[in-house]
Amino acid sequence: MTPDLLSFDHPLTRLVVGLLCVFAFVGLNGLVLVWVERKVAGFVQLRPGPLHVGPYGLLQPIVDAVKLIGKQLAMPEGADRYLYWAAPLLAFAPVTVCFLPLPFGPDLAPMRLNIGLVLILAFSGLGVLSLILAGWGSNNKWGLLGAARAVAQSVAYEVPLLLSVMAVALTAGSLDLYQITAQQGGWPWQWYGVKNPLAFFIFLVCAVAETNRAPFDLPEAESELTAGFHTEYSGMGFGLFFLAEYANMIVVSGVAAALFLGGWQGPFLPGIMWFLVKVYAILLLMIWMRWTFPRVRFDQLLNLSWKWLTPLALIDLVLVVIVAGFGG
Amino acid sequence: MTVSALFQEAYTGLKSLVIGLGITGKAFCQPGVTVIYPKEEVDNLSTFRGHVELIGKDEDPAVPRCVACGACVKACPSNCLTILCPVPAKEGEEAGPVVMGPAPQKGSKTPGAVIVDFSLCSLCGQCAKACPVDSLQFSDNPYMVRLDRREFQIDLLARLRRQAEQD
Ligand code: SF4
Ligand code: SF4
Repeated sequence: MTPDLLSFDHPLTRLVVGLLCVFAFVGLNGLVLVWVERKVAGFVQLRPGPLHVGPYGLLQPIVDAVKLIGKQLAMPEGADRYLYWAAPLLAFAPVTVCFLPLPFGPDLAPMRLNIGLVLILAFSGLGVLSLILAGWGSNNKWGLLGAARAVAQSVAYEVPLLLSVMAVALTAGSLDLYQITAQQGGWPWQWYGVKNPLAFFIFLVCAVAETNRAPFDLPEAESELTAGFHTEYSGMGFGLFFLAEYANMIVVSGVAAALFLGGWQGPFLPGIMWFLVKVYAILLLMIWMRWTFPRVRFDQLLNLSWKWLTPLALIDLVLVVIVAGFGG
Repeated sequence: MTVSALFQEAYTGLKSLVIGLGITGKAFCQPGVTVIYPKEEVDNLSTFRGHVELIGKDEDPAVPRCVACGACVKACPSNCLTILCPVPAKEGEEAGPVVMGPAPQKGSKTPGAVIVDFSLCSLCGQCAKACPVDSLQFSDNPYMVRLDRREFQIDLLARLRRQAEQD
């Protein structure tokens, strides 16, 4: 190892350190989010939520995690050994990469990439592959059905998502999340989400669908498919899917905050604070929606994407192009 | 479907989503209604439905109002109730040892045994509703625990006597 590798400026060192920080961040925020989710669910249903483990049930997620880790890893008969175990890893690994270009603060991003947005979109598209592998590999009809749904859903929602992101990228003239954030201001009227609310709305809807959360949790659909693609997973196999879901939520919220809500920009507070506040606001909105809306039917889900979101996103993109063209 | 109708539908749909968020948002801010049991207890146990129990007569609480008519047995959709009463000796026959038969029995106005099998009961209340003399009601002990399902066959007459002694 050359001494150069040890200096913090070396890309490889940065990558390793960045990934370690991301792992820590995802783990910590996963625990917090599980707690928040269950508390919100409790309050919405007029019950207290987790209460007995630690103050306000704060230690409940840790106990849950220990339980998950301690459980035996089981594989159903006839399952494809390699695909079955590759799936949870593949669900989790790409998400961590998605954190790398996120600008957490004015000078705090695990990695500055001038095509960060493309990287995130490409790697978040990989997530659905893990669902397919899980569904196919576990030799279970519910798993297979869940996987089939995941494919149709992600094909349907990736399109409007990309289009809405493209509208913002066009306005900002950059694919660098840092740059896009820097071009907005600290006040709400300077945000792209306020200047282009349609794109923001489309992005939010697609983000919920991309992360497979209610009301678009068709691939899991407890009431119809038991647990869909992860029906057969136990212990940490399930735990990784679970963690990946929350990590995915944080990523899309982070991207939404950077693209539409001015990222780390804001008065008084330091940048990282503003970023986290905005990310958590969007996360809370997603959790709130989960405990409000019933799951949509599958044809409704596809209709919504192909008949509403995609055309709207296209119109929005054309408008942006026209405005950008005239505005110079 | 015309375009305007389409947009009308989208508008009502979106509005209903916002209303839904409002409802859960309001519920989020309200205090919970769960009573966390070992620390606190509910104070309106009178509305609790335990297994059915007999009501005693006003003049003698150890004797049930029941007239052994068998209406409750007939009304119960789950066949939980068994009411036995002594079969009167037929005219001309000499009175032998007391034989118990299912209520109603002609000439028999007091139950000899009232058994409810709580493991079958669905707490529907049909028995109490059917009773012509208001002799049945729900008990109010929410803490009933047994180790064996046979112990849920409860002898209501004995229970009524115990209750009368305690008061
Ligand atoms: S409450 Fe209903 S089920 Fe229970 S004993 Fe009475 S009639 Fe039968
Ligand atoms: S309906 Fe009432 S009176 Fe008739 S047998 Fe049942 S408890 Fe007794």
